[in-house]
Amino acid sequence: MKFRSVFDIIGPVMIGPSSSHTAGAARIGRVARHLFGREPKSITVSLYGSFARTYKGHGTDVALIGGVLDFDTYDERIVNALTIAKEKKIKVRFTEEDAITDHPNTARIHLSDEKGELELVGISIGGGKIEVIELNGFALGLSGNSPAILVVHNDRFGAIAGVSNTLAKHEINIGHMNVSRKEKGKEALMTIEVDQNIPQIVLDEVESLPNIIQVAKISD
Amino acid sequence: MFRNVAELVELAQSKNKPISEIMIEQEMDFRGSTREDVYNQMKNNLVVMEQAVERGINEDVKSHSGLTGGDAVLLQNYMKSGNSLSGHTMLDAVSKAIATNEVNAAMGTICATPTAGSAGVVPGTLFAIREKVNPTEEQMVRYLFTSGAFGFVVANNASISGAAGGCQAEVGSATGMAAAAIVELMGGTPEQSSHAFAIALKNMLGLVCDPVAGLVEVPCVKRNAMGASNALVAADMSLAGITSRIPCDEVIDAMYKIGQTMPSALRETAQGGLAATPTGRELEAKIFGVSLDRK
Repeated sequence: MKFRSVFDIIGPVMIGPSSSHTAGAARIGRVARHLFGREPKSITVSLYGSFARTYKGHGTDVALIGGVLDFDTYDERIVNALTIAKEKKIKVRFTEEDAITDHPNTARIHLSDEKGELELVGISIGGGKIEVIELNGFALGLSGNSPAILVVHNDRFGAIAGVSNTLAKHEINIGHMNVSRKEKGKEALMTIEVDQNIPQIVLDEVESLPNIIQVAKISD
Repeated sequence: MFRNVAELVELAQSKNKPISEIMIEQEMDFRGSTREDVYNQMKNNLVVMEQAVERGINEDVKSHSGLTGGDAVLLQNYMKSGNSLSGHTMLDAVSKAIATNEVNAAMGTICATPTAGSAGVVPGTLFAIREKVNPTEEQMVRYLFTSGAFGFVVANNASISGAAGGCQAEVGSATGMAAAAIVELMGGTPEQSSHAFAIALKNMLGLVCDPVAGLVEVPCVKRNAMGASNALVAADMSLAGITSRIPCDEVIDAMYKIGQTMPSALRETAQGGLAATPTGRELEAKIFGVSLDRK
């Protein structure tokens, strides 16, 4: 089941006009921001399908950028996100793609600054709910049927054990877990699907563990 | 955990509880949180809905494009004349649905039910019924849980996205959700709620998503208005004892299949339907300086 909470249906509280094209877009931007871990200097967004066709009318552009600026779906600053980004001297670029994607509401977000970069592909599946399907070239292959978190970490012994121990301590059961890395000893990624909704306090605890760089909830 | 409407109704019947209670209990179980937490979060949503309705029927709300705004006020004023044909509760629901979507189109704060484009139907009907039957706060919060329970089934078994399933998936779903919730509030059975949902959605099947200039304004605002009226009539029909010949879950499945066969031009791409009419294109060109179909 993709929708597990009644608040996926009655909610979110949000700035209009579209749950998929505005609230969902803000959430995709915000997940990218959380995984990047800081405010980027440059944002490039590629839009596909219905996103590409109608983004201006739906405020998809302001919402995506608002999300990257760490604004939640109900944050009224979303309306002025492009101006705010400009004031912060963040470079923003949008491209409309013609390629056909599996889902009509697809956005690819590239964030960068002098310290690094991140690329994420998110889809907005309706009612403000989103899924992240690709991160830094890794296809995430999440079922979308369980709550899931992404953990960016250093490829060191004990990092994985630390995360699983923390989840166990809070009685959260892991249903599926995948670890991928590009190079031995560098940055790696854990994709974890669990059976229970993960409260923010647990995410904070995971993030404070040694060798953990970033944690983001990508569906609940 | 219920996977379809049949299971939802059976759960409610076997436990002798209303549908809203089944949804509350499932949410508590999913979150591992208390009844109070779940109830209060929904109450907060109710407050947001009321604020949007009040703003829409009292203020001169205008969207950035200028395409929508002010109709909820027009209708409220007309109702005062006492000459309306469809009656006070009906027009009150319609105007409050419009109010919500006008606020949404103006990038105001709303609560998606189940989406932003279809956010008017559930609160519109609820706040009109409030005038008529004076429900308790708990009854109003329960209304949202009952709506949510039906929307939950639709979202998991079909779709609530206009881009995926057309307007039938958005305003259609919202209309069914509201109809089912009205029935519970008015003292009907869980089974009557399912019939009301089925009757309402059956009459929204095939509805395409064809927003002019891609904006959630034309025809979205007025489709919420008509959705609210449809919900009230479907609920009254069900409360009168009328049943849907096609079971609720099969109607939902039909909606899903219709959505899958709907051409992309009619699924929130602003390429077909009303968006592609001469006036639709003219408005689009006026708003963006260039028509989207030239791209």
